[in-house]
Amino acid sequence: MTRPLRHGEPSLIRRISTYFYQRPRLSLLVMLSPPMLWLGVVYLGSLLALLIQSFFSIDGFTGQVVRQFTLKTYEQLFTPANTDIIVRTVLMALAVTVVSAIIAFPLAYFIAHYASKRTRGILYLAVLLPLWSSYLVRVYTWKIILAQEGIITWFFNVLGLKPLLDSILNIPVIGGPSLSFSFLGMFIVFVYIWLPYMILPIITALERVPQSLIDASSDLGARSGYTFRKVIFPLAFPGLVAGSIFTFSLTLGDYIIPNVIGNSSYFIGAAVLAQQGTAGNIPLAAAFTMVPIVIMGAYLLLARRLGAFDAL
Amino acid sequence: MRNVFALSLLVILLVGISMVAAQDSTMMTSLGDGEGEVSIVAWAGYIERGETDPAFDWVTDFEAETGCMVTVKVAATSDEMVALMNEGSFDLVTASGDASLRLIYGNRVQPINTELVPSWSAVDERLQNAPWFTVDKDGDGTAEHYGVPYQWGSNVLMYNTDAFGDTPPTSWSVIFEEQTLPDGESNVGRVQAYDGPIYVADAALYLKAHNPELGITDVYSLDRDQFNAALDLLRQQRELVARYWHDAFIQIDDFTNEGIVASSSWPFQVNLLKFEGAPIDSVIPEEGATGWADTTMMSATAAHPNCAYLWLEHSLNPKLQGDLAAWFGSVPSVPAACDGNELLGPDGCTVNGMDEFERIDFWRTPTATCQDGRGEICVPYYEWVSAYIGVIGGR
Repeated sequence: MTRPLRHGEPSLIRRISTYFYQRPRLSLLVMLSPPMLWLGVVYLGSLLALLIQSFFSIDGFTGQVVRQFTLKTYEQLFTPANTDIIVRTVLMALAVTVVSAIIAFPLAYFIAHYASKRTRGILYLAVLLPLWSSYLVRVYTWKIILAQEGIITWFFNVLGLKPLLDSILNIPVIGGPSLSFSFLGMFIVFVYIWLPYMILPIITALERVPQSLIDASSDLGARSGYTFRKVIFPLAFPGLVAGSIFTFSLTLGDYIIPNVIGNSSYFIGAAVLAQQGTAGNIPLAAAFTMVPIVIMGAYLLLARRLGAFDAL
Repeated sequence: MRNVFALSLLVILLVGISMVAAQDSTMMTSLGDGEGEVSIVAWAGYIERGETDPAFDWVTDFEAETGCMVTVKVAATSDEMVALMNEGSFDLVTASGDASLRLIYGNRVQPINTELVPSWSAVDERLQNAPWFTVDKDGDGTAEHYGVPYQWGSNVLMYNTDAFGDTPPTSWSVIFEEQTLPDGESNVGRVQAYDGPIYVADAALYLKAHNPELGITDVYSLDRDQFNAALDLLRQQRELVARYWHDAFIQIDDFTNEGIVASSSWPFQVNLLKFEGAPIDSVIPEEGATGWADTTMMSATAAHPNCAYLWLEHSLNPKLQGDLAAWFGSVPSVPAACDGNELLGPDGCTVNGMDEFERIDFWRTPTATCQDGRGEICVPYYEWVSAYIGVIGGR
């Protein structure tokens, strides 16, 4: 049997709610502390632990980590063999980003401005479809496509263009014995894998360019090229930068594609894996991990100046 | 922010303490009843219960006989095995030569009383006191056995018989020195090497035979000069190698689709390619080869010691040893397994390298203390890793 509530003696829930209502700062704290704890401890905390690890070093005799502050590990990081890895990874990320942007922009422009509703749906699907299948399956498939006995080489042979392919593969640095053994092949796969992440933000940005501005521009006598340069491109630019953040950072951290395709030269992700997993050299692996963090930090600052986050 | 910092430090400290606080344990003297289960950390394909191929099953019978249900945790690398054993919740591990000493000195595994393993006497005598699991840790003058040998095998020189014709390679030089192969074309871009730092030992093995003035006695104990000479050889090899291999199936694809004709490899790939009818064969060249030998070791904190001992005994069963050797392309640690095994065939052991034991340098982790008694002048493993990454990157 429950006692009827008398006036002036509110229920417990009501009292709690009143308590918080009268103290808005406290209720804000209670609401925000779980996500802030997550962000602070799990997310930033692990980053910080990583940063601390990179200032430790490994003992040459026992192979154990020496938990003492030292810059020795960073000294190791900047030896030529390791700077090669960093430069190689950054150059690949830049090339992939630039070419993805060049391919993505016209496609996104067509989807946003010219395609009928039906075509647009199909094109969206076509862009997203590869993301539905496993990343690994797609990478391994590309290894077979690019192989010496693969379909691309076969195609060049049938067309009698084998000398052309050979001369491409003979280009120093990017070439190799076959497409799947070369940086060129790796580059093709990177572009294929990350292209959707470039296309989608650009479509979004282009769709937000008001038709009225384009009409106004042509009413005022601007040719279409001029309108594109002065109106459309500047307004869509933040989308381009946003897409480039994806392609750049994803290429910077990937370690699977360099393992399957290319000439076995290490990239940052693969180097971290080898140092941590094989050598047990966690300090050097941590120092390696700091490189993409620093590069992306600088990149994001630049992106902000270019207005990539204005639309957020 | 300071709290976060303190917390991170605390976590690091706790991990450190728990690593130091591992306990030593003593040998069992008698067996009791089985506990009903046993958990094993193993390489892929090492503990088969007929799920991949019904013909390969050495678990079901054991479970029926002893009532010990087997659970297997597959590990992909030696480092993963060590990490799993550090958790302490597994009974057994099939450790390779590079992990076994780490487990012993880290107090992760316990000495085995060979009298409780009746089949011990059947183990290949060449393996019974092998240094990668027989250690006198307590310093009483007699070495203890920290496990039971499981299987061993050798790396081989795999080659394409179309490219080599009637003159199969006899030396590792086909993948170290630029030359014209019997089919009239250069070996540049048509050979492979293993994409793991331990491969430096293969270069050292080649130098041991061809540059005796370097004085290499143990390919896993290299001083600075010997190490640098090995790296020079590997840099020379970099010019020939189009792509290094680390995944057995990618290597199979490279031999099938990429025109690769020679490489260091495992019997596993050779058997698989031969089975598919590819023009492939293998040889252990005149310089010898590197190889691996695995030992079933028992955790110091094993929760099911009786079942673990029952499995150790079962692991030496000739039928199991023969079937496993056929499955994995390895060599049994029990010679009796070579006779009359249907899956392995009459020549299985010889094909997999049974008679090559003396010519194989079994894998060990290089340490700063030379293992051939020359003192603290050797290059430790972590430097092998950095240096080999550099070589592959063209440095």
